[in-house]
Amino acid sequence: MNCIIVDDEAAARAIVAQLCSNVPDLEVIEEFPSAIEAIKFLNEQPVDVVFLDIHMPGFTGIDFIKTLKEAPGIVLTTSDKEFAIEAYEYESIVDYLVKPISPERFDKCIQKVRNSINKAQVSDQHREKSGLGEDLYINIDRRLIKLKFDEILFIEAKGDYIDIKTDKENYRVHTTLKKIKEKLPTEQFLQIHRSFIINFTKIIDIEDNSVLIEKNVIPISRSNRPELMRRLNLL
Amino acid sequence: MKEEQPNMEYIDQLSGNDASFKQKFLLILKEEFPLEQKEYLESLRMKDGGRAAQIVHKLKHKFNILGLHQGYGLAVDYEEALNKGDFGLNPAFLEVLSRIEVYLKTI
Repeated sequence: MNCIIVDDEAAARAIVAQLCSNVPDLEVIEEFPSAIEAIKFLNEQPVDVVFLDIHMPGFTGIDFIKTLKEAPGIVLTTSDKEFAIEAYEYESIVDYLVKPISPERFDKCIQKVRNSINKAQVSDQHREKSGLGEDLYINIDRRLIKLKFDEILFIEAKGDYIDIKTDKENYRVHTTLKKIKEKLPTEQFLQIHRSFIINFTKIIDIEDNSVLIEKNVIPISRSNRPELMRRLNLL
Repeated sequence: MKEEQPNMEYIDQLSGNDASFKQKFLLILKEEFPLEQKEYLESLRMKDGGRAAQIVHKLKHKFNILGLHQGYGLAVDYEEALNKGDFGLNPAFLEVLSRIEVYLKTI
């Protein structure tokens, strides 16, 4: 793993660098006293982890996170505990360290970083293996429209067509449910009825033989019900 | 109550057997602290609460590093007060800075 350290205090950078030096497979490739310099660097060279001070004059750590298009794993370092809640609003935040950082707490942080990198690798491998990206192109009136899988609520068969219902729109496409099913990631989509494939992550609730997704009540067929129940994280 | 004194406990814990880190860190501290102290005094002279709050924020981390936990608590309150333009905790804060200044000359 490699990392950079961003902090306007030289003493704080030295401490994080020292903590990193005790991790055999972690290399500090650069240190920066300002977020702007770090962004320029990251545009040229991606890294696995950024140790980032939140409270810097001018361009703060939070500004830094908002600016990055593809953020690496970020570990926030700060003297203020109260930033923690705001910090976790950002997906790229792996951990939050309050200064002065103890070696024990830093070890736990490194474990979190490892887990996060492993998860990302597994997800990438899965995507590569399945040949699927994060989106799907559909042909509407000779235009190819990109739909992100996350936007799709459910898909309904309508004779020779299918209706793809998203958060914002309803798209009618000339194809079959069977064909589109092959293009969808199986961990996210599930056929629950002869005429319906749902985005599993969008379920609000399940009652008897129907699923609620937004305001849409979708029937569950008897033969598909066991698979749906198997997938649920039931308490 | 006995006044808390700066100490090297945290730095010793980080250094382990790495004497070169301790040496390097002390050099950084001796270089960075007087600059921040000077900047604080300058913000005081200018009566610039926002700027003073920023530098107090930096200094409070050093209080923690040097084991000055009461000093850290004071700095937290002072930073908040400075953001409202209140310099009332300045004398107590200056006293902590002075303790660090003396300590850094002895090590």
